[in-house]
Amino acid sequence: MKVSKTSLWAALIATTMLVGAAEARTLKWARSGDSLTLDPHGQNEGPTTALNGHIYEALTERDHTGKLLPALATSWRVLPDDAKVWEFKIRPGVKFHDGSALTADDVVFSYQRAMQPTSDFKGLLTDVVEAKKVDDLTVHIVTKGPNPLLVNNTQQIHIMSKAWAEKHNATKAQDFKNKEENHSVRNANGTGPYILVSREPDVKTVMKRNDNYWGKGAVPHGISEIIYTPIKQDATRVAALLSGEIDFVQDVPVQDIERLKSGKGLRINSGPENRTIFFGMNVSKDDLKSDNVEGKNPFADKRVRQAMNMAINRSAIQRVVMRGESVPTGVIMPPFVTGWTKELDAAPTTDVAAAKKLLADAGYPNGFSTTLHCPNDRYVNDEAICQAAVGMWGQIGIKVNLVSQSKSIHFTLIQKNPPETDFYLVGWGVPTFDSHYIFSFLYQTRTGSAGSWNATRYSDKDVDAKIVSLTTETNIEKRNATIADIWKTLKDEAIYLPVHHQSLSYAMKDAFDIPVDVSNTPKLKSVAVK
Amino acid sequence: MFAYAIRSLAQGLLVLVAVAFISFSMFRFVGDPVANMVGQEASVQDRQELAERLGLTDPWPVQFARFMGNAVKGEFGVSYRQGRKVSDLIKERLPATVELAVLSAAFATLFGVLFGVYAAINRTGLGSNIIMTGSLVGVSLPTFLIGIGLIFIFSVELRWLPSFGRGETVKLGWWTTGLLTESGRKSLILPVLTLGFFQLTLIMRLVRAEMLEVMRADFIRFARARGIPERAIQLRHALRNTLVPVVTIAGLQLGSVIAFAIVTETVFQWPGLGALFVNAVQFADVPVMAAYLMFVAAVFVVVNLTVDLLYFLLDPRLRSGAKIAKGH
Repeated sequence: MKVSKTSLWAALIATTMLVGAAEARTLKWARSGDSLTLDPHGQNEGPTTALNGHIYEALTERDHTGKLLPALATSWRVLPDDAKVWEFKIRPGVKFHDGSALTADDVVFSYQRAMQPTSDFKGLLTDVVEAKKVDDLTVHIVTKGPNPLLVNNTQQIHIMSKAWAEKHNATKAQDFKNKEENHSVRNANGTGPYILVSREPDVKTVMKRNDNYWGKGAVPHGISEIIYTPIKQDATRVAALLSGEIDFVQDVPVQDIERLKSGKGLRINSGPENRTIFFGMNVSKDDLKSDNVEGKNPFADKRVRQAMNMAINRSAIQRVVMRGESVPTGVIMPPFVTGWTKELDAAPTTDVAAAKKLLADAGYPNGFSTTLHCPNDRYVNDEAICQAAVGMWGQIGIKVNLVSQSKSIHFTLIQKNPPETDFYLVGWGVPTFDSHYIFSFLYQTRTGSAGSWNATRYSDKDVDAKIVSLTTETNIEKRNATIADIWKTLKDEAIYLPVHHQSLSYAMKDAFDIPVDVSNTPKLKSVAVK
Repeated sequence: MFAYAIRSLAQGLLVLVAVAFISFSMFRFVGDPVANMVGQEASVQDRQELAERLGLTDPWPVQFARFMGNAVKGEFGVSYRQGRKVSDLIKERLPATVELAVLSAAFATLFGVLFGVYAAINRTGLGSNIIMTGSLVGVSLPTFLIGIGLIFIFSVELRWLPSFGRGETVKLGWWTTGLLTESGRKSLILPVLTLGFFQLTLIMRLVRAEMLEVMRADFIRFARARGIPERAIQLRHALRNTLVPVVTIAGLQLGSVIAFAIVTETVFQWPGLGALFVNAVQFADVPVMAAYLMFVAAVFVVVNLTVDLLYFLLDPRLRSGAKIAKGH
């Protein structure tokens, strides 16, 4: 039998093409916003971190459940003879996308860059005195005092190549006062599982699989190409998934989840996010301008706060406003955080009669009126949550005037010094997965870098001292006891009125199975393709 | 003529300064860009420092003066959202918007005139009833709904056309065009229909009304008396006289289509100036907002100036003297 050369060639080509087709899997990924910049230290913001995390990596990383794992560092410890020094061993053999090797110089350079005034990550490293090279694969990070928490922040500091940054004049984090664009804004050279191919901001970003990735054997790394397209409009984003133009959608509108679940060939993954939604109020003694009570502040009375906490029907908000996509809670701490317990998480049962009685005891039998500030473009159904809560407080006689506005206005009210709101909604995620992060930003007295999100004016010397002690306490048991102690006081004080932990849903074609990431930064290297 | 042009130009510059002034006085109400520019870990002091570095703590007349000083030099600064030069952003986004706007205007004018003439000639027919009813839909339905409806039918159900984006584009110098690739052309269809629909109904109704008016004029009656065929009267005499106001309206509409394609661009994730502006507003990205509003004002000034000058050339009555008799 004579087989012609051509048909043999054709068969050969056909088989290689088949293999090629099986290996080349593109994922078209859409969410509502684009990464703002590729500069690894330019913007500390969700979508930016999520996209950039595929190109750049840090010393450590967190998996989708929030567990801290080694990444560019293989191990770390506090030096036994000096509690102020953290030692990181750098993973050997890691190459940047341009082929150069990762060394301690790059790590030191990246930490210095992240600590510059124009970096948006300097807030995570305020405690760091310096990063210094010990040898090619060892770095010491020296802190002002003993800092048992430092390693929790390392997963957010991306490492870039010193030589590359110097070559392209990008040794400083992007500066908005500049007249020119920083090279690192649209170009990247990291060590991550994907390599930047092209970037058109707000339009399309293409990345291809890094075949020399150090973690090649350890992660499935099944997706060979990622095409990231931001689609701002909810309806369009869902339509693009339904029409098959997109494989994976983040920021799925809650009202569409049921419909998508019944869609053929689609998969919906849901899970809790590392974010709690709650109300805060001005608890100082000063008379408020925003209420109709003369001479005193009703929120300063603990009974009023407890009454308002009791009036919120959390399960109704979960059912009606969130369509099941939330977990009602009684504490402003997501369940993954050190210090979380079931008891703390329990919310008071809704009891209008008891709430009314508490209000009457506090001297407000007929209630009072006040103003609530609410964002309308930041959290899932934020404005609707406020509307529902306003109705619930109305039932106990508290007349709440609702002001909903864009996040750029809303958050300014909270951050201004003194704050320009007496009653507001806010959501809080805990990137360090430790209670201290919540205490220091939301409960500690606003001074210096502490309490920057504490617009409640809550200030308690004892609590402050305990919060500060957490930063240097190296005995884990003792530390956990202090955390539990602080939470007990704070929960009893009802400074904030917790609503729920926000849930996340990802919608995708059923060929992919992308788990919900608690930080909402999907890690696509760990996705296998069927 | 020359004096007239100079006067119009001076007025145009005044308009630009006024727009800049008004928009700057309003930027205080869109929020504080610093709140969006720093992560949640930033301290009160960090925020204050950044605001001072960017000059946001200065009183707004000072900020305005600084902006105008730089604008005269052609510098609009760096976007607070993207860290890129504003002039680059506008240059990058302009082709998408212009392509969309010009095609929409062409589509609206062509079909608007066709349907209008048809509806005017066959006033009572079934066809014109359908057209007139359809035009009511176009006038009353919001652009947003039309866009979503089209996406649902043609992308989700029929899967003929893409639901978002511009498809593959080809670079011609700094200009990008989607007209030279198949995916680019396909991507244009739905946004063009959406953006052009309102203009189409507007032009159609205008043409129909004008045409009905002209058909009653004396010169049409005389033309009929001369025994000219009806079709020739309709197309050669009546339509031509109808088109003068239509061209004016269509020209002016082009300006507003370029400036206000915002809704269509948002629905279709069209990477044009409108989408850029929407993102800028949400982020309180002052440099981009300021530059965009100046750009829109400039477009209107140029379009108006051109129309003014065209009038001057087209209508002899505008020239001094007014010796020419009235009439079409």
